[in-house]
Amino acid sequence: MEGNPDVGNDTVTTRADRPAGLAGGRPLRHLIQRHSVVVRVTHWINLLCLTILLMSGLQIFNAHPALYWGNISDFAHPALSMDAVQPQNGPPRGITTVFGHRFDTTGVLGLSRDAAGQPWERGFPAWATLPGEQSLAGGRLWHFFFAWLFVLNGSVYLLAGFLRGHFVRDLLPGREQLRHIGRTTLDHLLFRFPKGEAARRYNVLQKLAYLVVIFGFLPFMLLTGLTMSPRMDAAWPQLLILFGGRQSARTIHFILAWSLVAFVLVHVFMVLVSGVWNNLRSMVTGRYAIEESRDAAE
Amino acid sequence: MPPNDIKRRKLLSSAAIGTLLLGGCDRLAENDTVQRVLASAEGLTRRVHRLLGGAHTLAPEYTEADLSPVFKANGTLDPDDDGYQAMAAKHFVDWRLEVTGLVERKLRMSLEDLRAMPPRTQITRHDCVEGWSCIGKWKGAVLSDVLRQAGPLAGARFVVFHCADLMDNADPDSRYYESIGIEEAFHPQTILAYDMNDAPLPVAHGAPLRVRVERQLGYKMAKYVMRIELVDSFAHIANGNGGYWEDQGYAWYAGI
Repeated sequence: MEGNPDVGNDTVTTRADRPAGLAGGRPLRHLIQRHSVVVRVTHWINLLCLTILLMSGLQIFNAHPALYWGNISDFAHPALSMDAVQPQNGPPRGITTVFGHRFDTTGVLGLSRDAAGQPWERGFPAWATLPGEQSLAGGRLWHFFFAWLFVLNGSVYLLAGFLRGHFVRDLLPGREQLRHIGRTTLDHLLFRFPKGEAARRYNVLQKLAYLVVIFGFLPFMLLTGLTMSPRMDAAWPQLLILFGGRQSARTIHFILAWSLVAFVLVHVFMVLVSGVWNNLRSMVTGRYAIEESRDAAE
Repeated sequence: MPPNDIKRRKLLSSAAIGTLLLGGCDRLAENDTVQRVLASAEGLTRRVHRLLGGAHTLAPEYTEADLSPVFKANGTLDPDDDGYQAMAAKHFVDWRLEVTGLVERKLRMSLEDLRAMPPRTQITRHDCVEGWSCIGKWKGAVLSDVLRQAGPLAGARFVVFHCADLMDNADPDSRYYESIGIEEAFHPQTILAYDMNDAPLPVAHGAPLRVRVERQLGYKMAKYVMRIELVDSFAHIANGNGGYWEDQGYAWYAGI
């Protein structure tokens, strides 16, 4: 089996996973080199950056927990706002208003409890923000430092990805893959994951999701962030045209942040259901085990 | 270092990492070294911003149609200061703007003197550090014209604005102040505004004079300006960080 030409020369070892016997029923496993060291290191630095950027971003949002569209803030008609209100009788409530629709979000949005258990008028609760206490100045310090780290880390990743052909080789879906997108989606929904040769590469849904995040969400996160900077608006006024104004950019920044959270939730879920240790190992040591289907092994 | 100390230090650092991982970064956030490291990004931001587009980029200007129906007033809305209130009662005829510090000629200017200078009118967006924006129309004397009258000396690197309002009535040292670099001070859109939306500047917005620094956030645009001081360093003023909010932990460079 070790001499199987189909396995390719990136097979690291098969010995540890050798089956007791061909008829033993345990599928063959090959460890292949899946992620380059650049991808692995930048992946984890990116996780750290995005976590801190999200939490410090919510801290900054809390300084004025309302969103608008256009260049200016129409204070009477925000697209979204979080407030604490005092009803005529009863305790204060946290109210989130989205396009004029009011939702009672007491305990989480608009009104939550501080460390001492006291009700606290606040957009997002203390456990979600960095720092936990109300500190716009502190939130900005964390946000802009890790924004720089995010940019430098992302630049290394992009540069390496283009120079080594990683994006074209591993992320650009082939015509064949695109044609079978319906079938792949069905497999995905039924948690049928590819084995053998097909498991060596990302499936078409993975490729599209990663491309959207890498070349869509993340760069637009950076650009909408820069659009909020008055000095950047002076240097690159096109930013304001691109996003329809500073307040629109702030709103898009907020929506993209939560889109990234949604991506991470799906991403982590898929990591869990498609072999958590194998996936984690591949993003730490680079090595990924491939199971050959029984047919191929025999 | 005795081994116990090393152990304790290791314990402390792993506790710090644990705190970070748990998301409760408050203890870490209050650490002075952490604060210094985080704040080091400010200089990088300032330099890169200056590099992109250069020093002379203009803030976008808008039209009358873009004006905010309600321009939010923030910070001090009516200075609780007897001297100020007496001047306000007489429509600031007794008010004088002093220009002092590293200048060849000290100046004392009335509102009339400022209004007699060639004015600049601009409709610009005001971005508060809190996140909101309003668009207003400002008319005022160009700061560089005033500074040229005074004649800055070679060592002048910063322009400090001393204001009439106390941020904390119980603390006489809490008077608002701000500072900008000499380059920003000579920017054509940096003006000493006496009119807002075609009317004399209201008290809530800083009457009789507020500075407009259009490429930075609202807290740089000091209201109730009484004295302009040219200095080579602001380390000796208040807590030494170049402004009231800077002394509370906000960045001196407020271009983002």
